[in-house]
Amino acid sequence: MNTNTLSRTKELNIASQEAFDAHLASRVDLPQWWLDLKKEHWQRFQELPPPHRKDENWRFASLGGLDLDGYSFSETRPEESTADSFVDQSDQIRNRSGRIVFANDHLIRNDAIASELAELGVIWMPIEQAVREHGDLLRRHFMAQPIKLGSEKFSALHGAFCSAGTFLHVPKGVEIEAPLVASHWTASDGVAVFPHTLLIADEQSKVTLVDYFSAQNSSARNYICGVNDLYAGPGAKVTYISAQDWGRQSLAFHLNSTQAFKDAFITSLNVNTGGRQARTESHSQVMGEGAHTEMQSLTVATGKQEFDQRTLQTHFKGHSVSDLLYKNALFDDSRTIFSGLIKVEEDAQQTDAYQTNRNLLLSTSAEANALPGLEILANDVKCSHGATSGQIDDNQLYYLKARGISDKVAKELLVFGFFEDVLGKLKNEEIAENLRTVIREHVSRIP
Amino acid sequence: MSKQLEIKNLSVNVEGTQIIRNLSLTVPRGEVHALMGPNGTGKSTLAKVLAGHPDYEVTSGEVFLDGESILDMQVDERARAGLFMAFQYPSEIPGVSIANFLRAARQARLEEGEEIDAVSFYKTLYEKMDLLQIDRKFTSRAVNEGFSGGEKKRNEILQMAMLEPSYAIMDETDSGLDIDALRIVSEGVNRLRGPNLGVLLITHYQRILDYIVPDHVHVMWNGTIVKSGGKELARELEEKGYDWIKEAFAEPAGKA
Repeated sequence: MNTNTLSRTKELNIASQEAFDAHLASRVDLPQWWLDLKKEHWQRFQELPPPHRKDENWRFASLGGLDLDGYSFSETRPEESTADSFVDQSDQIRNRSGRIVFANDHLIRNDAIASELAELGVIWMPIEQAVREHGDLLRRHFMAQPIKLGSEKFSALHGAFCSAGTFLHVPKGVEIEAPLVASHWTASDGVAVFPHTLLIADEQSKVTLVDYFSAQNSSARNYICGVNDLYAGPGAKVTYISAQDWGRQSLAFHLNSTQAFKDAFITSLNVNTGGRQARTESHSQVMGEGAHTEMQSLTVATGKQEFDQRTLQTHFKGHSVSDLLYKNALFDDSRTIFSGLIKVEEDAQQTDAYQTNRNLLLSTSAEANALPGLEILANDVKCSHGATSGQIDDNQLYYLKARGISDKVAKELLVFGFFEDVLGKLKNEEIAENLRTVIREHVSRIP
Repeated sequence: MSKQLEIKNLSVNVEGTQIIRNLSLTVPRGEVHALMGPNGTGKSTLAKVLAGHPDYEVTSGEVFLDGESILDMQVDERARAGLFMAFQYPSEIPGVSIANFLRAARQARLEEGEEIDAVSFYKTLYEKMDLLQIDRKFTSRAVNEGFSGGEKKRNEILQMAMLEPSYAIMDETDSGLDIDALRIVSEGVNRLRGPNLGVLLITHYQRILDYIVPDHVHVMWNGTIVKSGGKELARELEEKGYDWIKEAFAEPAGKA
């Protein structure tokens, strides 16, 4: 038992009560149900135990790095003069249907969707506005999906402090071509932020949502605890993409859940480059027959970064597909943990479920841990899981260098090659190219 | 300074066994030299040593590129200095497109801070591809991945055309090519011939020399060059076979 972590978390609870009270006090004009929900989450956060070593969900993770001491949970408004620069920098995707920008959890910009989309009933707005204007939808869906992968406590903390984020509702049959883009920034050192994404895509709708998570200062130390819930109704097609590039001293949690109903198709891709210690939990739930979910992740770990990836693919219904591919490129003394479970319930016959983790080691001191798993209760299924770790192919490296390309650039090219089977399949070329840029900038910072 | 690739008294070991023995050979710019010989005589080892493959140990001798010693250079430095190696078995690089690969290779030849002009890069690339009868769609395909033998060799010549080396070593470029592919590859090389390029064409067979007519022919046997001559030497070898060389230049120790 890590008593150290426990005692510090206790301290945090005491120290933050003031911050939580202040958080509530500044929101008294919001509906009472929302404030009550926050109090419930706060209560739960205090009651739940911190992660400990013996918990399977935290195997290999650096528990010492989870210390919440020293982060500010008080509201920290970014300086007025910096607002424009955040808006300018949140221009990664030009061809978009809407854009919302936050810095330190404060709304900086809200580019509404086109009136044609609004007339069709599409809702795209900051989460607190949605709490006021679309209370029913929010009450039914906000943090309604179960958190099962170890971060129940941090999820509760998110519920207590969440004020920034986006709500997207696409009504039945509406197809939105250009993506909606949300951009979250940390603007000051030490600040804690709680970005939220809630997407509800009704029957036969189609939409792409992109979340950018960035730091004004690439070496910033922040605490981030984000939650992201997607619902794809019958036959809906949802593409969700996130690019996480938090400051390099930051502790980040991103807790993702998806529910795919009958014949729905969900593609999600997380690109991870930021943080000191970054944990993603992704739970994909197949709720209806014929649903198809793809879960992809590309991570470039450098320096002493730790990326901790926990996944769960649950099939409640059959004739369905879930396909997971997590690729990590590890430089320097970085480490990754991939722990994935496929769970096929008894009724979910004729399920195809795949889980693949590939690690490319560019340094002998990097460490990739893989814990793949299956739990199959149905008897007529196709499931596979596999994890591989390997170094760069010497012959490929030699071939590139024989054309005059330096060792460093040759390795970068091979890392891009390693990711390209995922990026190359993205239908939106502007997003693919921007994600390549995010990765390139991260790799180019390696000395 | 003499414009030539000069190999002087080169000896090379592989895992403790001597493969190249005191070999000397000079290829001036503007000339094509064919290096022929039976299998296992050290031709490909020589190519790899010149390109800078890390598995080979040079025990003595020197190699000069336009007067500059290259044996202490890394493989990428040699390439930037003007040496090109057309591989016998080119590597497949999944996920790296031909366009990005060639861009990086050309970028590597620019000064720090200088950027490739994308428009002129693609213009040049398409011109060279058309000449080599390579479909323009190949620019976005991964380097050599799923290519036929002929496509891989054409891709080698495309790279050579794009990188404009001073010296090219072509290691058994003809192996595995059917007659049509051989013709296309040879035409590509012939177009690149000129006063600024020296070629060392390594081959087992005389066949490619019908298409790429050499200025000089060297015969390699047992790790060194045993005979040099004009293009007619290749024909002679074709007629008499390599046994003639093996008998004529058998080691004295074998005779005793």
